Amino acid sequence: MIQAGRIRNFSIISHVDHGKSTLSDRILELTHAVDAREMREQFLDSMELERERGITIKAQNVRVHWRDHVLHLIDTPGHVDFGYEVSRSLAACEGVVLLVDASQGIEAQTLANCYLALEHDLEIVAALNKIDLPAADPDRYAGEIEQVLGLPAEGILRISAKTGEGVVELLDEIVSRIPAPRGDAAAPLRALVFDSYYDQYRGVVNAVRVVEGTLRSRSRVRLFQAGSTHEVEEIGIRSPRNEPVDELGPGEVGYLIAGIKAVGEARVGETVTEAARPATEPLEGYQDPKPMVFCGLYPLDGDELPDLRDALEKLQLSDASITFEPETSAALGVGFRCGYLGLLHMDIARERLEREFGLSLIATAPSVEYVAHLTNGSSQRVDNPSAMPAPQQLESIEEPILALTIITPSEYTGTVMDLCQARRGVLGKMQYLSPERLELIYTVPLAEVVVDFFDQLKSRTKGYASLDYEPAGYQPDDLVKVDVLLNGAPVDAFSSIVHKSRSLDYGRKMTAKLRELIPRQLFDVPIQAAIGGRIIARETVKAKRKDVLAKCYGGDITRKRKLLDKQREGKRRMKSIGRVEIPQEAFISALRLEE
Amino acid sequence: MYIHIPFCARRCDYCAFSTWTDRHFLRSAYVDACIAHVRLVQSGVVEVVCPNGDTTSTTCQPGPPATLYVGGGTPSQLEPADLSRLLEAVERQPATEVTIEANPDDVTETWAGTARRAGATRISLGVQSLDPVVLGGLGRAHGATAVASAVAAIARAGIASYSVDLIYGGAGETAESWRATLQGVLDLDPPPQHVSAYALTVEAGTPLSRHPSRHPDEDEQASRYEIADTIFEAAGLRWYEISNWAKPGFECRHNMNYWAQGDYLAIGAAAHGHLAGTRFRNTTLPERYVEAIASGRSPVVWSETLAPAARELEALELALRTRAGVPRANLPIGDDPVLARLVQADGGGNLVLSRRGRLLANEVACRLSASPMPSSEPSPRAARRPGRPASPGESARSAETQRETV
Repeated sequence: MIQAGRIRNFSIISHVDHGKSTLSDRILELTHAVDAREMREQFLDSMELERERGITIKAQNVRVHWRDHVLHLIDTPGHVDFGYEVSRSLAACEGVVLLVDASQGIEAQTLANCYLALEHDLEIVAALNKIDLPAADPDRYAGEIEQVLGLPAEGILRISAKTGEGVVELLDEIVSRIPAPRGDAAAPLRALVFDSYYDQYRGVVNAVRVVEGTLRSRSRVRLFQAGSTHEVEEIGIRSPRNEPVDELGPGEVGYLIAGIKAVGEARVGETVTEAARPATEPLEGYQDPKPMVFCGLYPLDGDELPDLRDALEKLQLSDASITFEPETSAALGVGFRCGYLGLLHMDIARERLEREFGLSLIATAPSVEYVAHLTNGSSQRVDNPSAMPAPQQLESIEEPILALTIITPSEYTGTVMDLCQARRGVLGKMQYLSPERLELIYTVPLAEVVVDFFDQLKSRTKGYASLDYEPAGYQPDDLVKVDVLLNGAPVDAFSSIVHKSRSLDYGRKMTAKLRELIPRQLFDVPIQAAIGGRIIARETVKAKRKDVLAKCYGGDITRKRKLLDKQREGKRRMKSIGRVEIPQEAFISALRLEE
Repeated sequence: MYIHIPFCARRCDYCAFSTWTDRHFLRSAYVDACIAHVRLVQSGVVEVVCPNGDTTSTTCQPGPPATLYVGGGTPSQLEPADLSRLLEAVERQPATEVTIEANPDDVTETWAGTARRAGATRISLGVQSLDPVVLGGLGRAHGATAVASAVAAIARAGIASYSVDLIYGGAGETAESWRATLQGVLDLDPPPQHVSAYALTVEAGTPLSRHPSRHPDEDEQASRYEIADTIFEAAGLRWYEISNWAKPGFECRHNMNYWAQGDYLAIGAAAHGHLAGTRFRNTTLPERYVEAIASGRSPVVWSETLAPAARELEALELALRTRAGVPRANLPIGDDPVLARLVQADGGGNLVLSRRGRLLANEVACRLSASPMPSSEPSPRAARRPGRPASPGESARSAETQRETV
């Protein structure tokens, strides 16, 4: 057991590309945790997808020794979708290193995480990174940090994680400024699960921070939220390789393997206590994961449905925040309605399903969860637009709202405000971080953010604006469901909930798009957009007049027969809606265009 | 019997046939090979690649063929002497239909006389259009006057009948210019007893495929077809296959045999043949064909033998395109009023494509079912696969083999 006074627990708060991984690598090197021969750049980002996207999705932690002290570097997820997990990682720390690119300044998400650290009463050690860059302007951005966060500019370190300059001083500063953890080793055990991942061979591996008491190997532990009891198989520390230990005392960070089958059984935020002598209260701050964004996932080939179910179940072993339930669509067949923490989470989950499980998937447009208040006084939650009750049964619809924080160079203020305005945003606050940079706080309906808001923001500001958000409750608005009808029959995949003022535009856009995509049939096919029974837009796919092979080539009957076989096979694979035969590719193209 | 002559003076922009413009030096050797091959098959020996990959000899019925069709390419590009000895190598009965495809530019009185003496009973003229704008757009060289003199030469040589091939949907064609071409063809002296009119089709890899601005509009082509059908019927030329019209008695018997799933022998490079359910094809390159015949090897490089259900479905698909139509029981269209407009009943219980249906023949063909519906009279075929249409999977189970080299 390490004496708590020698321990320092900290996270690095930083924006994508501001150098967190490089700094982590440098710390591992300087503390001899990893020798140069083994040094793989960005050692801590191990998942393939993470390395590709240059972001950290799943937190890892590592123990290093610096002079007489033991440092636990607790890595945090680098995306706003995983805000809750960030808060749990911070709850395992006594301090943070705020790492800011000296050529770019603080960004929205970094700022949000700093506020979170301040809420947790964590000590902030600020450092401006990349001072070796010609474009670095540390004085300017030190002033900005002082202005925004109230941290004295002269106390801000100036380092280059790349060259190693100032990193030794940073480590010393961590030891001297971040408080040691406190806790009674003899008290009943309370340890925080701040990360949880799935290992194919060992089952669930939890990252834990002991707050009070002592976690011992070969003891029995109890999980407060899950209410389950487990035999401890192994506890240990990561340095960064797993090293089993006999016990972990107050302030220590390590891993716990206890025969847990799925991460959902030991969620982030869970409190571990001793089964024989349980603590009376769990640690504060636990939340069930709440999916924010939903979409239908369908196998491209209907025969792969069991494979998709299997893959989702396996994915859930390692990602407890994904939800799914069966869903049937007339247009797309049988699939699953899946819930995610946010858009990136959705993309990652889908990519993992395709990459790790070899599936080909169709995804519907992302949706949010509405609350429909019915005229009979009851309410229901609706995460699939096609399930929204008819207008005559509806009293009102409420939708989830986000509080957005946007930091942008001030020259783009106009275009950013236009974007927010167009997305039904309401300006809450506006403040200058410096004469050149501005912070804007908006409330915007989540539904308006899930459709390419981030891409729009980036392209309008040439990539300079940054965004953070947090849920801000529900609000009613004048929302309607627009259905798309093909030859009179609704196409569920294209139903959408839109603001009334936007409904005509949506209807026209979808019908025009489908007119291009739907192949001509033997009869005229009306494509209509409707609200309830009222048609708001209409297009027609004219009946085809010619579909015949002109000639057989000098007795080559085979060629003709094969062409017909192909056409017949194509028909067999088509979906039929309102007697209209539609190739699946048409739906896929339409869904893609909608994004 | 089909003989393929893979030589052309130039290649038309839309053409995806097997033909060559740079191998005229091969012509004589090629004709030698064809003649040797004709002698071999007329003795009853046809070598076909079997599904297991072995080449074996199959016998066909020896004796003169009922029809002989020399197609291309451009058979009229052969030297007259080569054409004569080729045709004379084929045993014939007095009633054998002998068709030679010809380019109007090549049909001089001398050529027509040679063809006549060699036994030609029918000339198929590749006219395509009488509109110079349209001809230019198709990448064809001849002019309209060549057609009139070719027709006169055919008549003077005493060849019994001729047919005209037309293409509609080319760039620059209008409804008026199409009507003018049709009228011009009917006004030829003497008028043709047979016309084929094909919708211009964009084939992959052709010069036409690379010029989307010249691609035909299918709706316009449908209108052109209707115009042609109206004018031909009024002139006494009756449709008997989707793209073919003839005065009664002048239908092309050779092509009718294809559509009746009959047997035919394949002579020449890239020629297709059919014997008792096995379809086969000769090697594509003329020089390879010449080599194979010279060294006593089979020129056949591909064959397939259809499973019974697939063969039956194929027969229906072919019949549907003709005036014969298909038995009602094989076309289950239910009470769909849209489909009902695509066919009409003939006197004898068959369904025949209506004019509208001919333009949508693929849609109708996709609904054909090889096994009669349970409601129809029991037949041996119905007993084999009761109540279930043959699926494309049937043909997938048919054996197909390909040999890369000969």
